Amino acid sequence: MSSSPAHPQRIVVIGNGMVGYKFCEKLVAKAQPGAYQITVFGEEPRPAYDRVHLSAYFSGTTAEELTMAPVSWYEEHNINLHLGELVTGINAASKIITTHKGLEVSYDKLILATGSSAFVPPINGVEKEGVFVYRTIEDLDAMLAYAPKARTAAVIGGGLLGLEAAKAAMDMGLTTHVIEFASRLMPRQLDEAGSETLKKKLESLGISIHLNKSTTAILGDPGVRKMTFADGSELNVDMLIVSAGIKPRDELAVKAGLSVGPRGGILVNDALQTSDPDIFAIGESALHGGMIYGLVAPGYDMAETVVTNLVGGEKTFKGFDMSTKLKLIGVDVASFGDPFISEPNARTIVFEDRIKGIYKRVNISEDGKYLLGGILVGEAANYNMLLQTVQNRIIVPPDAEDLILGSRGGSSESAGAGVLSLPEEATICSCEGVSKGTICNSIKDEKLCDVASIKKCTKAGTSCGGCVPMLGDLLNATLKEMGQEVKQVLCEHFQYSRHEILDIVKVNNIRTFDELISHHGKGDGCEVCKPAVASILASTWNELILKQATIQDTNDRYLANIQKGGTYSVVPRIAGGEITPEKLIVIGQVAAKYGLYTKITGGQRIDMFGARVDQLPDIWEELVNAGFESGHAYGKSLRTVKSCVGSTWCRYGLHDSVGFAIQIEERYRGLRSPHKLKGGVSGCVRECAEAQSKDFGIIATEKGWNLYICGNGGAKPQHAQLFATDLDTETCLRYLDRFLMFYIKTAEPLNRTATWLNKMEGGIDYLRQVIIEDSLGICADLEREMEFMVDTYACEWKEVVNNPELRKRFQHFVNTPEPDPSINFRPERGQKVPVI
Amino acid sequence: MLSTQNPDTRSSEVTYWFKAAEVSAFPEDGGACVKYQDQQIAVFNFTRRNEWYACQNMCPHKQQMILARGLVGDQCGEPKVACPFHKKTFSLITGENLNGECYEIQTYPVKVEDGFVYIGISE
Ligand SMILES: Cc1cc2nc3c(=O)[nH]c(=O)nc-3n(C[C@H](O)[C@H](O)[C@H](O)COP(=O)(O)OP(=O)(O)OC[C@H]3O[C@@H](n4cnc5c(N)ncnc54)[C@H](O)[C@@H]3O)c2cc1C
Ligand code: FES
Repeated sequence: MSSSPAHPQRIVVIGNGMVGYKFCEKLVAKAQPGAYQITVFGEEPRPAYDRVHLSAYFSGTTAEELTMAPVSWYEEHNINLHLGELVTGINAASKIITTHKGLEVSYDKLILATGSSAFVPPINGVEKEGVFVYRTIEDLDAMLAYAPKARTAAVIGGGLLGLEAAKAAMDMGLTTHVIEFASRLMPRQLDEAGSETLKKKLESLGISIHLNKSTTAILGDPGVRKMTFADGSELNVDMLIVSAGIKPRDELAVKAGLSVGPRGGILVNDALQTSDPDIFAIGESALHGGMIYGLVAPGYDMAETVVTNLVGGEKTFKGFDMSTKLKLIGVDVASFGDPFISEPNARTIVFEDRIKGIYKRVNISEDGKYLLGGILVGEAANYNMLLQTVQNRIIVPPDAEDLILGSRGGSSESAGAGVLSLPEEATICSCEGVSKGTICNSIKDEKLCDVASIKKCTKAGTSCGGCVPMLGDLLNATLKEMGQEVKQVLCEHFQYSRHEILDIVKVNNIRTFDELISHHGKGDGCEVCKPAVASILASTWNELILKQATIQDTNDRYLANIQKGGTYSVVPRIAGGEITPEKLIVIGQVAAKYGLYTKITGGQRIDMFGARVDQLPDIWEELVNAGFESGHAYGKSLRTVKSCVGSTWCRYGLHDSVGFAIQIEERYRGLRSPHKLKGGVSGCVRECAEAQSKDFGIIATEKGWNLYICGNGGAKPQHAQLFATDLDTETCLRYLDRFLMFYIKTAEPLNRTATWLNKMEGGIDYLRQVIIEDSLGICADLEREMEFMVDTYACEWKEVVNNPELRKRFQHFVNTPEPDPSINFRPERGQKVPVI
Repeated sequence: MLSTQNPDTRSSEVTYWFKAAEVSAFPEDGGACVKYQDQQIAVFNFTRRNEWYACQNMCPHKQQMILARGLVGDQCGEPKVACPFHKKTFSLITGENLNGECYEIQTYPVKVEDGFVYIGISE
């Protein structure tokens, strides 16, 4: 029965969460204008937000950025939105709902999108201060407020959400424990071996994992202090996050007499109708086919089903794949299809690398034709492809192990061919239900040329983001198919790669950004191309970067690192970490005079924090006069070359590692590059300088030096690879010259050497041919270019200190000498820190 | 001489032109911060376009007093400034956030007369 436009059908939606919102979005998109009058009730104080990315709130994403659509969106679509209002009753007979404020609203169709709440097991003491759940922005705010008082946190629950909560606790600086009742982590997604690999990885990140533990009580008064367990053990904690599962919010449905499952959840049929045909339930509150789907994609599909049927179409909800990929934790984990199926119903291939912490399992059908499911821990780059292979029943290759090992012929084609081999109707974005055909057609028809516009046009990739890499592959493949060259361009202003721009700059003798963009680009530039070009100009001509201050990132513009609150840090060079007592005293005196916070860094030098922009030249004047020079901590350039004490003092040392580190640091100081560069020199294999975690690392051997390259620490650590052995000092420096210059010339902006090498076709063997065997015949050029950089080096700070014009730029206001009044500090452990 | 105007802002609503500083105080294709009463206003000398812009100095993303030190540029022709902290970008004409987020910044009209930069205040 369709409603006549004169009497719009009244739709009431209870719950303004992810699925409730998606329902509205889909309904207004499909409905005739004026056909429906939509009223939405949400208990939370804010409009629906992206709960899936809730953890990003800890790393600075704001509540606004998480919002699915602002309040104005609801207004624009004539949706009556009541926030902070709880629906307390449904009278199904008279079709009226009541809210806690006493409001009554009549409906023709009622949608229950009430979601779920965190399940809190009935443990003694769960009500204590310092016990939290992890579901809403308010929960996170409460945790953030409490965390500074805490040191050790435990998470009850080692599932998907529990591990995410553990990561959050760790990011808040807390010692973190995970308590799991089952014998393995993520019991619904991983098998024993996968769980074991994940456990080791998490432990190496500093999270303690306790399996087979059942919590009996939470002690402490008023705040939690201790947990006790059934096996008699105890754990001291002062914060607790309960993440033991979800409980569908079916309390309204129960009150209204609708059928619910024995363990909760509102019973629905394939059309998502409850036991009252005019009332629907969607999202995490709905119980379909005995399942509560704790994921967003099935919820969106439910919303799509109800909307389609409302507007006169036909669609049923037939259950949903529960494949998932864990995000954020710093370890890739994925589980897809049927992860557990085994003999005799399937044949299983397992790959395990205990050194790297990788475990992969795929389950293949008896006849060897189809992929049924699998598990990936430690590396899940081809998760999307594997998932598609399951869902679209693509015939697997005869050597099925290629699925997890990659085809080992060394061709990089396979990944691209993979996306192309999918059928048109393959679902690429399961959250939004967008098929490969839809994406490829809109790339062709709408002439889309980047992933951002694909997202905008098709909505693919806008929810969980898991399919975004595939969108990129599809884009490239489709463009190629259309005969268009796929190019890595810098940004909208330059149709060239960084490498090409470098050549243009050199060949045409271009010295300024303006000249370059006027002749070889378009528009006025942006925050992407300006610093990239600044870096290219610096590593080609080595002129004072402040000549073009306004194309530099703020750090380079003020030759200091900007910190929270808008102050800067000052870092003089302490080459190789060697410093005289006199100079140490100068640093102390300068810091005391200007009231700076001091900290020893991981790069063996001293950072002074909290300098106002107007103080920088005065501070540096004192440092320069005492013989210091810029440490370039602010630049994409050489930071430090770390060293151990070496043969001079150490009884194991083979050569003078300090001396060599200083020589190298002074050689490459000030060298601008696509990203920061770090080095290390160790005097023996004990490797106290941690040289193998650097862009270049040198380790003394009996016969000379071993050279390692392309390592880095940071979020994605990677060991440097052994490049050449037993080199004499001169050869070692020559290889370094060539290597660094080749990197500077060919890497994309903001790619560390490790990333650069990972992308390089032919890898380290190819690099050896270029650098050692001179296969491209460019080594003489590389050396000459490096020699030019070394010869033209000048300390930037020295030039500023001695140049009154440049000094004038270091002022907060241009119309008054006053400093920035918004900068504030508070004391902490005897020093000052910013108040934010 | 009246040299340039921020094209979109309603200069007609300006009740007071605040004399900020000499043109030479503002770096080419870059910004500097001006103190007006208790407010901090970022002023941009967009030399490439021969245009001037002004906006609040505080970035609404994490409330940092910083926009004057941001890089200026354009997005499909729309002049913009990028915050140095997390690279959020804002239109210098409308103040709208160009990354699709909900906050925006206040912009002000600017005029240049006799070598001085003036910011249009409407109270
Ligand atoms: C930390 C975290 C990480 C997650 N990560 C993932 C992930 O990686 N992938 C994935 O697929 N899923 C993930 N999820 C799950 C996903 O967020 C949920 O599946 C999804 O939010 C469900 O949407 P919903 O609308 O059904 O419920 P909700 O988003 O919970 O919304 C329900 C809303 O209804 C309101 N409400 C309830 N009762 C009433 C009432 N009587 N009156 C008024 N309002 C009411 C609630 O306050 C709530 O705002 C994650 C969840 C969390 C908490
Ligand atoms: S403070 Fe400006 S972008 Fe974050």
